[in-house]
Amino acid sequence: MSETILAAEAVHTHIGEHHILQGITFQAQADGVTVLIGRNGAGKSSTLKTIMGLLPASQGKILFKGEEIQNKKPYDIARLGIGFIPEHMGIFTDLTVEENMQVAMLREDAESKQRLEQILEMFTALKKFWKTKAGNLSGGQKQMLAIARAIVNDITLLLIDEPTKGLAPIVIDALIDAINQIKQNSVVVLVEQNFYMASSVGDTFHILDDGKVVHSGMMADLVADKELQSKYLGISRIAD
Amino acid sequence: MAETILQRWGQKFFILGAMTLFLLPLMGMDFKTYLTLTIAGVAVGMMLFLIASGLSLIFGLMDVINFAHGVCFAWGAYVAFTVFKYFESLVVAPSVFKNLLVFFMAIVAAMIVVAGVGIVVERVLVRRVYGSHLFQILITFGGMVVLTELIKIIWGPNDEVMPVPATFKGNWDIFDVIVLKYPIIAIVIGLIVYGIIQFVLKNTKVGKIVRAGVEDPDMVQAMGHNVFLLFTAVFAAGAGLAAVGGVAMSMFTQQVYSEMGGAYLIFAFIVVIIGGLGSITGSLVGALIVGLSYNYVAYLFPPLAMGVNILIMVIILLIKPTGLFAAGK
Repeated sequence: MSETILAAEAVHTHIGEHHILQGITFQAQADGVTVLIGRNGAGKSSTLKTIMGLLPASQGKILFKGEEIQNKKPYDIARLGIGFIPEHMGIFTDLTVEENMQVAMLREDAESKQRLEQILEMFTALKKFWKTKAGNLSGGQKQMLAIARAIVNDITLLLIDEPTKGLAPIVIDALIDAINQIKQNSVVVLVEQNFYMASSVGDTFHILDDGKVVHSGMMADLVADKELQSKYLGISRIAD
Repeated sequence: MAETILQRWGQKFFILGAMTLFLLPLMGMDFKTYLTLTIAGVAVGMMLFLIASGLSLIFGLMDVINFAHGVCFAWGAYVAFTVFKYFESLVVAPSVFKNLLVFFMAIVAAMIVVAGVGIVVERVLVRRVYGSHLFQILITFGGMVVLTELIKIIWGPNDEVMPVPATFKGNWDIFDVIVLKYPIIAIVIGLIVYGIIQFVLKNTKVGKIVRAGVEDPDMVQAMGHNVFLLFTAVFAAGAGLAAVGGVAMSMFTQQVYSEMGGAYLIFAFIVVIIGGLGSITGSLVGALIVGLSYNYVAYLFPPLAMGVNILIMVIILLIKPTGLFAAGK
């Protein structure tokens, strides 16, 4: 059994009067990609925002490498070594690609600069559009920039929220390659509705429904279990 | 589609249209009067830019409607008034060096004191009401009243005549046109401040983080930057800029009075709406439009002077509701 990097224990989150997360419990291990899946409104994005401290947890514990982080500020959580890519990507459209990367880099030492060089080799389009305003990039390029910003620091855990949303299939394949590379160095928790993407990169899964984890297991088992896919993910068996 | 074209070209059409419109007053006055009004209008615009730029950044970055911003303008003027009174010998001395020295002392003192006031306002009042515009309006309005009353307690309730260093008085004769010295100096001050702000925002890491924060403060936090520290710093800087505006304006009008902040805050809000939230260039362009149009119309049709700015604001809201240069949110 590998080390537990992230653990959510009975986490509750409220937004106004709405009880969004109703006791989420799951773990992300040091090896592989953990995928959170579920229908719209199941609480997947809110789970990531709660881990990042952008939504306050009203109850429960969130442990990162054994340390409780549920009461920390988002910037302190980020500095522990957690990268976050929100559903809307969070690109600063008025800033150039270069400026986006500069804002993301917490240190500008030799190690960070070397990491930046490696990232630019992985995402060559970013090098090409280095001085271009990020708002002028295509959807796929923006997603690449969002990932590049998140991994330019020495992070242990990367939280990604629906990276495939609105992207063309060819871009999704490039994204799968990128995440498979990232998982060599960092633990990835991925929120994804696109089952092709989820099953291509995921090692373990947790299905969320109505703010709770209703099923967990190995991704290979979910791929084989059409009943479960149909029940919680709405994937039709007609496709068979 | 039509809306998209309007949005895309609205900014360029508007600026071109405004430039053409600003030549129209020539039909109703002689060239010398036009030039005098234009220089005074640009000078007023620059001073409005100083108060509006801070308001715009605070609005854009923190989403805070700060009614207490205007009173920082008045506090700046009063701090400079105190410096000028205390060092009166430097103010009246027939020496450019001594005059400039006391002027910079007044500017620095005003910026430091008012930045401190800004920090107190942000920490004590505004921090409690992030995310709630209604409470922000109420609490910052309350802050404005308290700070205005404090001016009356510290400096007295009466209007005062602002001393102006001897070098800044008088005029220049340029091609037979008599040009007052001070408006030109105010324009130079405005351009220098604009240059400094642009340099900081575009070339320093903290400036880039501020620009990023104007677009998405949550994302800036999630990248490991203490956005609350940034909020306090921007609030202090915004207050400091308003203080410089207050010093410049009080030297222009040669008076200081406790309610002067409220009077100019209305113009500052119009400038921010025209220029767009969070944009320094937008604030500059908006302030020049407001300053020039107010001056021309005040000369040609005095009762319509305030109305013309509101009309321009309405037109902008119809064409481009986010303002001419709004940062991408």
